[in-house]
This record gives sequence, structure tokens and C-alpha cells, in this order.
Amino acid sequence: MSDWESVIGLEIHVQLLTKSKIFSASSTSYGSNPNRQASYIDLGMPGTLPILNKSVIKKAVEFGLAINAKIAKQSIFARKNYFYPDLPKNYQISQLDHPIVEGGFVSISDKGNEKIINITRAHLEEDAGKSIHSNENNCTYIDLNRAGTPLLEIVSEPEISSAHEAVLYMKKIHKIVTFLKICDGNMQEGSFRCDANVSVRKKGENRLGTRTELKNINSFRFVEKAINYEIDRQIEILEEGKEIIQETRLYDENKNITKSMRTKEEANDYRYFPDPDLLPIDIDEEYIQDIKRTLPDMPDVKMKFYKDEYKLNDEQINIILSSFDIMQFLEKVISTTKIEPKKIVNYFISSLYIKINKENYDLNDKNIEPQEFCHIIEALESNKISKNNLKKIIDELFLKKDSVDKIIDNLSVKNGNDDKFIDDLIEEIIINNKKQVDDYKNGKTKILGFFVGQVLKKAKNYDPSLIKEKIIKALEDI
Amino acid sequence: MEIYKKSITELSDLLNKKTISSVEMTNYFLERIKTHDSKLNSFITINDKFALKRAAEADKKISNNEHHLLTGIPIAHKDLFSTKNILTTCGSKMLKNYKPPFDATVVKKLDDIGMVNIGKTNMDEFAMGSSNESSYFGVVKNPWNLDKVPGGSSGGSAAAVAACLSPVATGSDTGGSIRQPASFCGLTGLKPTYSSVSRYGMIAYASSLDQGGPIGKSAEDCAILYNEINGYDPNDSTSNHEQKIEKIKLNLTKENASKIRIGIPLEYFSKNLDQSISDEIFKSIDVFKKLGFKIKEISLPNHNFTIPAYYIIASAEASSNLSRYDGVKFGYRCKDPKNLEELYFKTRKEGFGKEVKKRVMIGAYALSSGYYDEYYIRALKIRRIIRDSFLAAFKDVDFIFAPTSPTTAFNIGEKTSNAVDMYLSDIYTTPVNLAGLPALSIPVGYSNNLPVGLQIIGNYFSESGILNIAHFYQKNTEWHLKVPKEFDNE
Repeated sequence: MSDWESVIGLEIHVQLLTKSKIFSASSTSYGSNPNRQASYIDLGMPGTLPILNKSVIKKAVEFGLAINAKIAKQSIFARKNYFYPDLPKNYQISQLDHPIVEGGFVSISDKGNEKIINITRAHLEEDAGKSIHSNENNCTYIDLNRAGTPLLEIVSEPEISSAHEAVLYMKKIHKIVTFLKICDGNMQEGSFRCDANVSVRKKGENRLGTRTELKNINSFRFVEKAINYEIDRQIEILEEGKEIIQETRLYDENKNITKSMRTKEEANDYRYFPDPDLLPIDIDEEYIQDIKRTLPDMPDVKMKFYKDEYKLNDEQINIILSSFDIMQFLEKVISTTKIEPKKIVNYFISSLYIKINKENYDLNDKNIEPQEFCHIIEALESNKISKNNLKKIIDELFLKKDSVDKIIDNLSVKNGNDDKFIDDLIEEIIINNKKQVDDYKNGKTKILGFFVGQVLKKAKNYDPSLIKEKIIKALEDI
Repeated sequence: MEIYKKSITELSDLLNKKTISSVEMTNYFLERIKTHDSKLNSFITINDKFALKRAAEADKKISNNEHHLLTGIPIAHKDLFSTKNILTTCGSKMLKNYKPPFDATVVKKLDDIGMVNIGKTNMDEFAMGSSNESSYFGVVKNPWNLDKVPGGSSGGSAAAVAACLSPVATGSDTGGSIRQPASFCGLTGLKPTYSSVSRYGMIAYASSLDQGGPIGKSAEDCAILYNEINGYDPNDSTSNHEQKIEKIKLNLTKENASKIRIGIPLEYFSKNLDQSISDEIFKSIDVFKKLGFKIKEISLPNHNFTIPAYYIIASAEASSNLSRYDGVKFGYRCKDPKNLEELYFKTRKEGFGKEVKKRVMIGAYALSSGYYDEYYIRALKIRRIIRDSFLAAFKDVDFIFAPTSPTTAFNIGEKTSNAVDMYLSDIYTTPVNLAGLPALSIPVGYSNNLPVGLQIIGNYFSESGILNIAHFYQKNTEWHLKVPKEFDNE
């Protein structure tokens, strides 16, 4: 057993899902040509002024309420001053002393053990642009499309004690912001990323050790690896009797190491002060209550409900809560049909869920309606279609060629309800195949297969055993 | 016809009656600029071609009867108002080639009603200065005495209007930059209530203090212009949209004047003030008494802390506002920087003048960790104290009269070596900016043949009252009609 313990705090940057930027009307969409989404305001042209996009306030308040935080009656934008070429004004509009969200907590569950992680604050700020360094011609290119994209920075207390817990915490925040639909959660595009403050100390020690800050990590896997690497590195240094330097470090995902970026001596003095171009954000109780009313249930509340009311197991619940869309979809299905929720969830997991995972789809990609899924499982439950056909139906559904009713119809098991059609067919085949009838009569019962085949050719989807029975009966009757 | 002496109303009348066209009027003023500006250096850019095109459009509007009182009237803009595709330098080498892709709201509003922008006026670099000596484009001279400064930072605008090179001009006032040059040049200049005029497109010096306003020959001209430039602007979130501002009508009667209580703050008449200025101010106060106004002495305590508080707040904001000039996106860029750091250092070293660098450094220092509470936060406290002292005074009186400047226009070069002396020349104007109040400077006499300005300070959004009082005085006096001899000819 190691006698070291680690102390970790995360700063998660959540890109808020808005059409336009936090202080200008430019689009926030990802992936357009460089500098096509940068207005005079984003460029910091002389004389331009920031205009707050009010929708970010609502999103920040939603997050605050979801984590049981205090919403500041008045919050203030401040300027964080530092020079960087992709920061056009050479100051970032952020919040310092009066953030919009203060306090709050989330709980994480590690193998059944619950732990509360307190959240210090969450504040609004603008993102910077991107510097693209090119070795080819020793140039740096600047793309300001991202400059001014709204961010909510969520700062945790240093209460996380392992890389694994850090990932659980990060996943919890990810779930909350995607449930609230205030962030698309896309980590590859940088919509959800984090900085980790890591320090270690001897167990039992009360004082915090010197910390390092790992910058800009954008995947759950890398957070775990980077923190683990950093903990090991720090312990190694301390065990050698050396000291940790307070510094900012970058995680190199290719080499799985962290590298020094700048030390405290080189650190900026950000010279924060209230931004005189923006009025304070005033939020009254009525506004908060209005938002509270429209807030969806958070994952923890749902989890308990599914367990107690629907008798679902943990694995099933985790799948439902893995995305807001899945949860919404299933809840719609459950409210539409009388089929037991547990059955619905099982059908879903064994069909649609497998399909979207296998083919890397989002539930919304193919516009599959809860209503359609309802039709399918209702057909299954009434034995209208064979359970073996479920996979096939889902495949058909994804092709989007036929309506769900038509697909069901094509694949439905005709349980002999249309006797006349089958009886006529059998009679016709018997009349047209005198030789085979004689063979059968002469005891060559294997020939039965031939008759079944003939009938099924024209009566697809009928239950072969039923056909067989009917043929035997018809042949006996001759 | 002495067009150069005429008021906006008189010029508008000439256009209406088609006595002359806007094109002719514009040419007339452009000619005056050509003749006289070499002596003054009040313009950085003269928009001859553009102005004549605009004037022709104005003439069309006038003949179609689609015009406004200001349609076809020439105006000059201080060179910190962004003018689309027209050089906007802010008096700095940093922006010596900068042509904004958009118009400032003030410019756009006046363009829309057909005013003719004849040029951009010289100013202290980034509006930092009280004498117009910090401009990259050279010192501006005072039309009343070419050895004297015109005041600053809107010195170009003031000199241009005083020499009748433009009937009216815009300026901006962060610590007195409209009122002090108006006072030095014998003009009327209005610093409106903070937030009443949009700052959009006005290149920022100190955002919580900057306010655009008119500089003209009379309160009437200022009122006409102010009526058009004020109002809420969705592009400036700090612009006022709570208080509805009515169009100002100048209709004060003797009867109403006698109901107006004027306060004279004793602290503003201390040893800092030239005796001769004090004498002129009190002479004018006697005139106001005769016109019926109720005059009483008041106290504005703690205003001696204004100058340090002002220079800390303004410099702090400036240090941040001016960070964007880094050679990366627009403006001046140094030659062949070896690396990023050198690009920043050399660009800013070469692109900014001495005064700007000084204030950026003061500001960065005041905001830096360890000094923030001691300087910036304390300055904000003083700011509140000053605002409160004004508001307390306004419980007793309706308006406050004070000198605009402790001296008349001083000699070029006289104060450039002594920053504190220079900064003290704003001692009577900066409190108004810290409080965000409106104030006007009007000429009320002469000392050694140089104009003396009286400042009329009012409560928030009391521009109408201020301008009415000034207009009432100007209807009964002639100080505002005087033109410097050298420029008093066709």
C-alpha cells in the first residue's frame, strides 16, 4: 500500500449550446472555414462593444439549479488580461468575484459507494480562438471562429482523490449538461474539456501539497491517464526528497506523459477588473422559479424512479441514462403503450440499442419515432410477428424505405387466420402435382417437404409447421 | 454673407431658402480649411471628395423636401469616431493607416439625417491629454493665440470650430476632453450624462468614463446636435434605455429662471484657480443673478481626491482597452519581429506615444496583484464618494456652476514636462466624469485675451435644463459670438 494520497480538483469547460456567440451575433457552429465566423466584435476591432447573448444566462441558471447551487442575484463580468494572438482583445471576458453559480454538489458512485463532490462555482466566459502552428513554413495561423464561443467553467473543490474518481465526476457533469441540453457534450470538437489541478501528500497530512495544473484534456480516457501519470511523477519526485514546482503542464497523449508548459514565475498576473462595457447580470427569484419549473429531472432522480417503479436493474438504468435522447425516447414509449416498462427496456436494449451502438449512430440520426418502436413491440407482444424477426425489422426501419406498418405487415406471421387462402393454395398444388401425391400415398413421406416449399413460395411469412399440418390433413383427405 | 459665423439654424435657413446649396456650403468650409488649417493643424483627414458627394445627396433631399434641420450642414468628427472606409487614427501612429469597416453610432445617426462629414479632427493620442500635444499628427494651435494650446483631448474639434472651419464638431469627454478645449477656445461644449450617447464605434480610452458630445458655437447648436445623437443603442449595452429623453426645446422664461437654484461650490474657487478666471466667473454669476437665477454657495467635499482617483480608473481601463493594439490583426505592426514577444514589444513601443505608454503602465500597475486593493478599489471608493457628494448637493440646488479649467489656454510646451501640472488642469472637469453627470462649458469672458469657460453641471439627464440655462444666458450676452481676429474674415 502506498502511503501517499492524491488531491484533485477539476475545472471543466462546457461549451454552451447557443446559435450565436456570447457577445456577438456570429454563428458558433463547428467546422467552417477559418475566420468565417468572426465579426468585428470577435476581432476586437476598435470601438466595438460586447453585447451579452441572454440565452447563456438561462443555461447557466439551469446548470446551477441542477447541482443545487446558489444562483447569484447579481453577477459581474470581469476582464482577464493576458496577451495571446488568438485572444483578439488581449483580454478574456470572464467572471471572477461574482460568478453566476456558487456552491452546489454532485454525487458520484464508485462500485456502489456514493461520494459527494462539492462544486465551488461555475462562471460564464468567452472562449479564445485557435492558434495553428505549422512547422512547414515556421508560421502560426490564427482562426478566430471559436473566439467568443460561450463557455461555462465549472470548478470543483479539491475533493477528488483518484484519477478514476475524476473520470466519474467528469462523466457526471457530462451527463448533467447533456441532459439539460446546455452542451452537446462533444469532446472531440472540444465542447467539453477540462483542466485538472493535481497534488499529492502523505496520508494523514492536512496541508495540501504543491499542485500542478494539467491543461485542456478532452477525453475521459486521457483525464485518467494524465492524472495517473502526474500522481506517479509527483510521488517519485517527493520520494527522491525533491520539491514539486507549481506549474502548468500539458498532457501528451501520444507519449502518455505530462510536460511543463510554464512555471509560476512565468505565470501571468491577469489584472482582473470589472468589465466596464457590460452591465451586471441581475437575476430575480421569479426568473429562477420559472426555470426550475421547466427543468427536467436529473439523472439521480430518474435512477431512483426506474429502480423503484420499473424494477430495472443497474445495467438497464445505466443504458437508459447514458443519453438524454435515449431516456426521452423510452419514456415516450413507456407512456404510449401498456406493455410493462421492463419488457420495453429489454426489447430496446436487444434491438435498437445494439443497432445504434454497432453502427455508431445517434438515436436521432435516423429519426426513429417512439411511436414506431411502439408498433413493433406491440406486434411482437401480440405474436403478430415472430421474435426472431425483431432484428430484421430494425434493419428495415433503418433503411427508411417502408413505413413501419408495412415492414410489420411484410414480416407478420399469418397464424392461419386466412385459412381460405392457404386451403385454396394447397388444393391447387395437390391438383397440379399428381405424381408427388402418388409418391406420398405410396409412403414416400419425405415428399412432404416439397409441398410445404411450394406453398411457402406463394405464402411467405406463414408458419411452416402450420402449413405442414394442413398439407398432411389435405393429403389424408384425398 | 459671413457664412462662417452663422449658427446651425441660420445655415439651415440658407439651405432651405436655396440661398446657397449644401455643395456650395461644403466647398466654402473646405476652402476655409485649406486657407487656415496650416496655421492650426486641427484636421488629420479632410474628406473633400466624400463630403461633396454627401452634400450633393443632401441637396437632393432638400429639394425633395425630405430634409431635417441638420441636412446638408457640414460637421467635423473627432478622429476617434469610427468612420466607414475613412481613416480613423485616434491621433496615434498605431492607427495611422486604419480605416474602420463600420461607422460609429454617432456618425451613422448624423449621416442618416444628411449631415456632411467634412473631416476628422486632430486629438491627443487615444484621447489621453489636456493640450492636444500628445497627437502623433502634431500639436494643434489655439485660434485665439497660436502660441497656446487649444486644450485636449478634443483640441482639433475645438480649434476647428473656433476658427470657423466647421460649423460644429463632435468630441469625446473622458475627464474634460470636450469642456476644457471648449473653454480654451471660447466655445460651448456639452459632456452628456454617461450612457445617454452610444459609445459604439468610439475608440475606447476609459470605457466607464468616455462620453461623446457636441462642440459648437452656442448652447443652441449643441442642443440641436445632442437631440440627434442621444438614445439607446442595441450595440452598446451600457447605453441608457430606462430614461426617456425628450427632444430638448430651448424655451426658458425669466419667470422659470427665477425658480432655478444654482450652487457655487466654494472648494472650486481655491488657490488652484487663477484670480482673473475667478473674477470673470463671478462677473458672469452676477449676470445670472440679474437674469433671475437663485445663487447660493454650496460645498462639494473631498473633490481634492478626484485627480488621483480619475487617473487610476482611467488608466486601468485604458491599459486593458489598448491591449488589442498588438500588431496581430489591425493597425501598426513593427518590421521583422523575430518572435511573438518581439512583435508585441516593438509594435507597442513604436506604435504608441509617450503619454499612452505612461498611462498603460500606470493602469497595469494599479490593477496588478498586490496593488489592486490599494489603488483600483480605493479609487472606486473615491468615485462613489464624489458621486454621493454631487447627489447630496442636488438636494439643495438644481445646478452647479464652476470654472471649467483653473487656467486659460497655456503655452505650447509649458506643461509637457510636468505631468502633475498637466493633470491638474482637469481638476474641475474630472469629478463630473467620475459621477457620470452631464456638464456644459460656455464662454463667459476673457483673461489676457484668452477665453474663460464656465461649467454648468446638472443632475443625471438634466441636459435640457443645462442647455436652457446656457441658452438663456447666451441670448443676453455676446461672448459666444466672438471669433478670433485672424479667422474673422471670409
